[in-house]
Amino acid sequence: MYCLWCSEPIIQQLTWQNFFFPDIKKLCVYCDSLLEKIDGDRCHKCSRQCDQAICFDCQRWEKEKERDTLVFNYSIFQYNIFMQELIAKWKYRGDVELGNIFRDAVRKGFTPTFAAMKKHAIAVPIPLSKDREKERGFNQAKILADFLPIKSELVLHRMEGEKQSKKSRKERIQSINPFTITKSINKPVILVDDIYTTGTTLRHAGKVLKENGCPEVFGFTLIRG
Amino acid sequence: MQQMKALHLDTIALLLSGKLLLRKEIPLDDRQFHTLLNHRLITPVPSIVRERFTWKCQRCGNRHRFLFSSLDKASIYCRKCIEMGKVIKSECLYIWSGAIPTWKKYEAACSWNGELTLAQAKAAERIVQTIQKRESTLLIWAVCGAGKTEMLFPGMEEALRYGMRICIATPRTDVVLELKPRIKKAFSTVPIDALYGGSKVKLATAQVVICTTHQLLRFQHAFDLIIIDEIDAFPYHKDPSLAFAAKRAKKLNSTTIYLTATPRLKFRLQMATKQLSYTFVPIRFHGYPLPIPKLKLCRSLRKNLQYSTPPPALLHWIQQRENKGRQLLIFLPTVEITRKFEKSLTTFFLKHGIIIMPSALSCVHAQDEDRNWKIKQFREKEIQVLLTTTILERGVTFPAVDVAVLDAGHEVFDEAALVQIAGRAGRSFDDPTGEIIFFHDGKTIAMIKAVEMIKEMNKQGGF
Repeated sequence: MYCLWCSEPIIQQLTWQNFFFPDIKKLCVYCDSLLEKIDGDRCHKCSRQCDQAICFDCQRWEKEKERDTLVFNYSIFQYNIFMQELIAKWKYRGDVELGNIFRDAVRKGFTPTFAAMKKHAIAVPIPLSKDREKERGFNQAKILADFLPIKSELVLHRMEGEKQSKKSRKERIQSINPFTITKSINKPVILVDDIYTTGTTLRHAGKVLKENGCPEVFGFTLIRG
Repeated sequence: MQQMKALHLDTIALLLSGKLLLRKEIPLDDRQFHTLLNHRLITPVPSIVRERFTWKCQRCGNRHRFLFSSLDKASIYCRKCIEMGKVIKSECLYIWSGAIPTWKKYEAACSWNGELTLAQAKAAERIVQTIQKRESTLLIWAVCGAGKTEMLFPGMEEALRYGMRICIATPRTDVVLELKPRIKKAFSTVPIDALYGGSKVKLATAQVVICTTHQLLRFQHAFDLIIIDEIDAFPYHKDPSLAFAAKRAKKLNSTTIYLTATPRLKFRLQMATKQLSYTFVPIRFHGYPLPIPKLKLCRSLRKNLQYSTPPPALLHWIQQRENKGRQLLIFLPTVEITRKFEKSLTTFFLKHGIIIMPSALSCVHAQDEDRNWKIKQFREKEIQVLLTTTILERGVTFPAVDVAVLDAGHEVFDEAALVQIAGRAGRSFDDPTGEIIFFHDGKTIAMIKAVEMIKEMNKQGGF
């Protein structure tokens, strides 16, 4: 096996455990150490690593009840420089293979948090607009949703718009809702996306779902930006 | 009307000839593109071909199975050269098959009026001969600070006299940025393009192209003379796709000139067995020998690196230097260590009066966005002490520096790197010597070989 990032061969010590249950590593030890997980205290609402129970940004969201459609968001990794490079190559350069790096971490991160609702919840990946999906060839949120041990459904549709990553916080929060729904769901929904930055995208999607009969909306994102 | 169309076609030919491009790299709209395709002026070539048990990317020559991936069967893509734009099996690469533009002949293009030293002139003469006889390869082995760039000028002038297209390729962006103004000054009448990751010009149309070796991936049969600087540098010597690209970028009947100060074993063997013709320039342009590095054992080095504390021997050396007016260039093995040391060394040096202000010490590494600015500041002596990773090991010239390497036993400091680092010292007429010290916690073969090589080169230079 070779490291997906630095292409160096990965040498694993053979043990009885990985002889019977092969555990295929996608990154070498060094590259793996560059991925920083969110550990320790985190904001209960948005997963940001901080000492407060609810961070400042989320307190601001809580003041606007009708726009705050998300129960909470759970993220796995921090957005460090290495992660930025990794995501840039994955999303913008289009190296689909790099998505597999996150397979294990996504499963392991998902199970303890969402164990209670595993049976009846449905994962909904945040869609890309048609043009962008054509340009990129794949939807990174869908790849992540497919890693999850629950059923995933594409029920949202996104209208064309500017890239979120090119806007400021204020512009992002005040932007109009780009989502429409193609099928209503009356079960709890776990929205899946790659990055939670201000939370606007997830809340826009949550709003559309809630207006169409969904009882509760959660967020599951790979990275807390 | 007809004339205008012909004119337009000329510019397109200039843009596309000698290149191997993806559709999205070709700056034409669909209608124009399809017209040219129908007139067979642009020819599609397969981008990824099947080979036994594997694939081969036609742009970078990658054959490793694990460096190909796909979403589905039709969309196999090459992961090796994805930074240059994704090559997908279902999409072709395009080459220009129309009339090839002719390049201008310059009678005397070189406006440089400096003088070459005897050793330089000898090597320059050899380059001119190689070009006149259209020999295929020549290696110039010149010690650090021999003035390699100037040696190229007569050869380039000769090539331009024949109307040749010239490429100067080097593995590093910093070197491209340093070379460009120098070449521009020496050949002020010739159009010159510089290509590197993030350059404004994407498709070079000039007769002389200065580029990073990665940019050669976009060329095919383009150059009559290709000069590859620092062939032993990272990433060129480790990445076979760059040699593949360099081979493809030249025309069938062309000349390749390699430049190096520290040829690797492979080239030394080829030279010894006379498979590769070469010329050796053992004397620096100012006529002084290369300074020889000193090795200094530091028993506490591991701990010093772990806690980012400067080793006592470093301070001792700095205070004992013969010329304290020189700037200090300190090499460290990794980015992380460099960053950590920046803080601790600032306070330490302030305490001992080696620097007066905190701003007189800075660090540069590959991920540093301001590094060009900092290097400029160092050159202008605004910064007294510069900490660096191996990115400054070659291709950069500072007038008067003393060089220290902390943890010279680290694997990033191989023989070639250490020789190059030693070559940073004593590079100007006004201050032709300098001190180099390797701090280590156990000699490595690389260190010993580096010192041996420097001594050997000095011996050949008659010192």
